[in-house]
Amino acid sequence: MTDKIDKGPADATPPAGPGASGTTPYEAIKAIPVRHYGRWISAVVVAVLLGWLVYAFSQGKIIWATVGDKLFDPSVLAGLGNTVIISITSMALGLVLGILFAVMRLSKNPVTSFVSWLYIWFFRGTPVYVQLLVWFSLPLIFEYINLGPIYKNETVDVMTPFMVALLGLGLNEGAYMAEIVRAGIQSVDEGQTEASHALGMTQTQTMRRVVLPQAMRVIIPPTGNEFINMLKTSSLVSAVQYTELLRASSNIGSTAGAVMEMFFVASIWYLALTSVFSVGQYYLERRYARGAQRTLPPTPFERLKANLNMFRRTEVSR
Amino acid sequence: MTAKTAQPMVKAEGVHKSYGAAHILRGIDLEVAPREVFCLVGPSGSGKSTFLRCINHLERINAGRLSVDGQLVGYKQKGDKLYELKDSEVAAQRRDIGMVFQRFNLFPHMTAIENVMEAPVMVKGESKAVARERAVKLLDRVGLGDKGGNYPTQLSGGQQQRVAIARALAMEPKLMLFDEPTSALDPELVGDVLDVMRDLAESGMTMIVVTHEMGFAREVGDNLVFMDGGVVVESGHPRDVLGNPQHDRTKAFLSKVL
Repeated sequence: MTDKIDKGPADATPPAGPGASGTTPYEAIKAIPVRHYGRWISAVVVAVLLGWLVYAFSQGKIIWATVGDKLFDPSVLAGLGNTVIISITSMALGLVLGILFAVMRLSKNPVTSFVSWLYIWFFRGTPVYVQLLVWFSLPLIFEYINLGPIYKNETVDVMTPFMVALLGLGLNEGAYMAEIVRAGIQSVDEGQTEASHALGMTQTQTMRRVVLPQAMRVIIPPTGNEFINMLKTSSLVSAVQYTELLRASSNIGSTAGAVMEMFFVASIWYLALTSVFSVGQYYLERRYARGAQRTLPPTPFERLKANLNMFRRTEVSR
Repeated sequence: MTAKTAQPMVKAEGVHKSYGAAHILRGIDLEVAPREVFCLVGPSGSGKSTFLRCINHLERINAGRLSVDGQLVGYKQKGDKLYELKDSEVAAQRRDIGMVFQRFNLFPHMTAIENVMEAPVMVKGESKAVARERAVKLLDRVGLGDKGGNYPTQLSGGQQQRVAIARALAMEPKLMLFDEPTSALDPELVGDVLDVMRDLAESGMTMIVVTHEMGFAREVGDNLVFMDGGVVVESGHPRDVLGNPQHDRTKAFLSKVL
């Protein structure tokens, strides 16, 4: 029964059956498709509700022309740039710290593991707003930053609003990212580590070349989520004198007496940012799905085309 | 054919292994000569896979001595004291021992040829060009010369296992461990993998094979050990053990699988 070896060399290519080469023409089924009346009704309800909402806002005491005028105001655009800069740098810091502390957390060394636990416990356990204020007030505790002969400076000079914002957001993010990365690392099959070790790769090589690339598939979706969150959370750093989008907008709003209008300006930009980065996230996910699926799922454009084709087919069958 | 005059490739003396309360290996003694094909058979849970994993230190033994090519596995001896090896030293020991897993364990984010190139480049510091050249030859040897660009998910189980064999061979090991290499395969794909293994045996590679393929063991094996309950029950030439088993446990097992 198990004497597979006795048979001749197995033929790798299966015999070509009928229809293996070229397709036999067939007559497609002509049937009346299921009617989705519910979809039409819900579409109407949603349209009415949206229309009512737009009407309410258009009747409110909002000068919409101001929104348009100030949308591309230089100081708003500068704030927008700062929001992007602080979000990307904080996220980068958070990602680096996250990977570092995740690896430390999983380390066999109890000291490293504990340090990582402590970091995550503290920075995840206190509000980011409070952390920002503590970084802001750091000069009260450490008057000087003194690295012996290498570097010495007054803390006030080092802790610019940007540095405060970066450290506050980045260290907080690092704690969340550490947990995300840890989950990603633990999702990789143990057989992968064993295979890598069996080839003579060291712990570090295994982590870098085998485990982390595969963990990325699990890490990226929540990281994209974190980044979208970061774009919005960065509005908190206006509290530490960093002029990002919200602060820039509300500065104009309070001087020009257009508070509500400027909030709309800020919201429009936040929506634009999150939309752009959501698309980026989508393509990043596709890149790291390599090897995980036989064929990659269609891009939104491909799906849109497929949907349009579907509509056409329905019409034809009517 | 198994001249014991030369230094054995693998030597086990009283090897014990337990996981907590579970005592898996209960004193294994055996020797594997260079260029020998050594088959380990036995019911599941008999400890044969565990023993195989001890040989390249994926598992740490609790008692006894286990050496590969005269070197203790996972320890070094100075005087009469044993010292545990550092991770990097263990990694260095494993370079010369290839292993093929039941579940293939190819790296899914790399193509077939990248899988084969990975260890020589990372571990031996070989240039990519050299590693690629060898990888092409090895894939050719296992009959997959045209599949180098495929990701593992785009290959059948049998093809994946043959890539895994090529990946292990890329490190030019002196010993190959096979942990039930055909157990996860569709029956019709088993033959291709066994063909590659037979070819490897003929080239003189020392192989330890945990298997349920009695036909392969009989035809290719030089030595066969039947394990049950963490001990060696019976050993000898495959023809003798499989054709004329002496112990009742061996007889009972073989009557089920043959």
